[in-house]
Amino acid sequence: MVGITAFGGYVPKRRLQRQAIVDAHVWADPSLANKGRGERAMANWDEDAVTMAVEAARACLHGGAQEPGAIYFASTSAPFADRQNAGIVSTALSLPESIASLDIGASQKAGTSALLQAVGAVQGGLYESALVVAGEKRRSKAASAGELAYGDGAAALTLGHEGVLVEFVSAQSATVDFIDHFRSATETYDYAWEERWIRDEGLAKIVPPCVAGALAKAGLEAGDVDHFIMPSTIGRAVAGIAKKLGIAPAAIADNLYAVMGESGAAHPLVMLLHSLQTKAKRGEILLLVGFGQGCDAIVLRSTAALADYRSAQGVADALARRQPEENYQKFLAFNDLIRLEKGMRAEADDYKTALSVTYRKRDMLLGLVGGRCTQCGAMQFPRTDICVNPQCHAKGAQEPCSFRDQPAKILTWSADYLAYTADPPSHYGMVAFDEGGRFMTDFTDAVVGGIEVGMPVRMVFRIKSVDRRRGFVRYFWKATPA
Amino acid sequence: MATGIKDKVAILGMGCSRFGERWESGAEELMVEAFGEAIEDAGIDVSEIDAAWFSTHYEEINVGKGGLPLSIALRLPNIAVTRVENFCASGSEAFRGAVYAVASGACDIALALGVEKLKDTGYGGLPGGLGGTLAPQWVAKGSAPGSFAQLASAYQAKHGVAREDLKRAIAHVSVKSHANGAKNPKAHLRREITEEAAINAPMIAEPLGLYDCCGVSDGAAAAIVTTPKIAKKLGKENIVSVKALQLSLSNGSESGHNSWDGSYFHTTRIAARKAYAEAGVKTPRQQVSMFECHDCFSITEMVTVEDLQLSDEGGAIKDVMDGFYDADGRIPCQIDGGLKCFGHPIGASGIRMLYEMYLQLQGRAGERQLPDPSIGMTHNLGGSPMSNVAAVCIVGAYA
Repeated sequence: MVGITAFGGYVPKRRLQRQAIVDAHVWADPSLANKGRGERAMANWDEDAVTMAVEAARACLHGGAQEPGAIYFASTSAPFADRQNAGIVSTALSLPESIASLDIGASQKAGTSALLQAVGAVQGGLYESALVVAGEKRRSKAASAGELAYGDGAAALTLGHEGVLVEFVSAQSATVDFIDHFRSATETYDYAWEERWIRDEGLAKIVPPCVAGALAKAGLEAGDVDHFIMPSTIGRAVAGIAKKLGIAPAAIADNLYAVMGESGAAHPLVMLLHSLQTKAKRGEILLLVGFGQGCDAIVLRSTAALADYRSAQGVADALARRQPEENYQKFLAFNDLIRLEKGMRAEADDYKTALSVTYRKRDMLLGLVGGRCTQCGAMQFPRTDICVNPQCHAKGAQEPCSFRDQPAKILTWSADYLAYTADPPSHYGMVAFDEGGRFMTDFTDAVVGGIEVGMPVRMVFRIKSVDRRRGFVRYFWKATPA
Repeated sequence: MATGIKDKVAILGMGCSRFGERWESGAEELMVEAFGEAIEDAGIDVSEIDAAWFSTHYEEINVGKGGLPLSIALRLPNIAVTRVENFCASGSEAFRGAVYAVASGACDIALALGVEKLKDTGYGGLPGGLGGTLAPQWVAKGSAPGSFAQLASAYQAKHGVAREDLKRAIAHVSVKSHANGAKNPKAHLRREITEEAAINAPMIAEPLGLYDCCGVSDGAAAAIVTTPKIAKKLGKENIVSVKALQLSLSNGSESGHNSWDGSYFHTTRIAARKAYAEAGVKTPRQQVSMFECHDCFSITEMVTVEDLQLSDEGGAIKDVMDGFYDADGRIPCQIDGGLKCFGHPIGASGIRMLYEMYLQLQGRAGERQLPDPSIGMTHNLGGSPMSNVAAVCIVGAYA
């Protein structure tokens, strides 16, 4: 039996109120007036598809899950077009360098396609287990439909033979060059066609035969489907397909539009994880559909093990951790949608990154790996030749040790209005780890008045800074209130 | 066995440019201004200088690397010039080079000159940016105020100080320095301020407001040193000699090991202890007449007075509020206005501090003159609370 053995989800804490978007643009487009309901997940300025994927994968792998033999990263908003994004995720999680990796993109069904490829590889015996992680932070123009509909998020799951929570049953795919929207390799934003045409000529005609094929392979009827998991923000599109196929209306999974928006290629997996955490019982049939220039229909069956499984952070947990954002200007600023005066201090970020250093220190910079002195036990970051403990100073005695999940507290801090940050004031300070070790680090997802000495923090993988001149994103870890 | 520096070197002459936003001057002109005063004060000819030490921190916006900028600006007689750089303690480092050269007997007369031309950056505050290829990829990118503001959070937590009490005490630190600076014709900031103004000033880095931050200034300062014997031979009276000169540098324990609580300067405590021992100062609170502390920020001065053993640990707020460090207090601090008001041209500051101690000891400080000071001390700090260079120098009358 091959199936999902663990999962983790991530949704950024900030939730932009749709009403704030509507209020800003309704003067030009009166049809927006009734579209202000709900909220969309809004990545912080220092988050992207990769950082969100790291958080989801981290939750998925928490508690010593089997080390995957391969990592599949799905996204249409991966920060690098030519640098393996899966490799950044893998290094951030200190997965072994013997791992295979693959980025999958260029379609909204990239998430389900990645899942299928991983299932095939594990079934075929290429890998004992595989990690599938999807992250998406789609860009959208101000006042566009996408701005209201999209939401940022990530989902991760491992596939394997042991401890299966959700068994893979069957799948059917289709490849049809149906262009509901597109984004050329050099463009930032999507160009979309009319929704009614997408619904009637695309979704309604491409999805049903694919689903029927998958169910037939499994020897199931549409009426056997307990959870129909298919993203679409187009009104009545999914309900129409369910009706046409004979899937019970009650089986249609919440598309999370009200609480986070649609996270693109990650969304089928995000919805799946949400269903697994909130709805699915043992022995139920889940039908997962990804759509984009074709279709992936995947039939899954939950096992008895699901009831006892607790993810370190599922999509439902991530959704519960929310901070409403009513300041649309902040969304515009974070997403480079207005030309903002950032001040001369911001120019300091446009420096050339020494790639040879980034490589030499990759476990430190991406994996937050420091050292533990084998002589005195002192934890220290960074790892150095001579122990930092004034009572030890042992030479060459440190073994690698990651600070990612070490409990820590704030020792000193300030909220700095002078230093440049996209989200002023810049909160930073000395973080001291309970088991030893400390360093001065940036804080993220912090609010003015919300930081104090002694506060427990958790380390998160984020964008450190961006060299806009060369288009290079630098990642490091930051502290956030636990 | 090392015998220390006490009374081996005398200050022959000193000079200091006017500090401030010297839009009309470049670093070269500032160097000439400070050196001109120093050489006149020393009463020697430039040809009598054997070697020079030159301190400047930001070569990117200044005169460039190496010793050449000083040699060329002053048209020095093809002597050795060494450029030194040790963050904001660079000036003390240049002075140390010149003093050691004389103490070793390798030179009869040596020059230390520090300069910084900060007002060519296009914005207020110090230029940011972390050096090297690795640090910018992981170290939190903050500003100088944000870095020193961290002291306040830890000090408050350690001593159970309410934010408003801390704000008022650090406001008093700045009010005192402004009152002193107003009397200094060479100072950058010469306006008195009130505690209320300081407390209500715009926030720079919590809890430091605008008046908790020192001036960002252009300026230069110079010292010409020799042996007491040569000074006497040159007819000098009221000779001021170096009693102690100590540097202590962080080795990464504060920033990397959980043995430091973030509320004080580990290095300053070490440098002060060594300097007092070298100078023979046994009871600093009773013996030190006056001092210049590295008051880059009000909070730095407040915690440093404890590290210098002048106030008890946790007792700084009371001493500050009691006026212990005011011009008419028991140990006047920043009698020239300090970094706060005289200004802080990085490479010059350590020498500027000595300039005031030297003038005071010689009774030449004009309106600011203190009655009969005998021991003056400078504390010059470079870096950040968690990782820094602390320099403590003690000067006094040559007996």
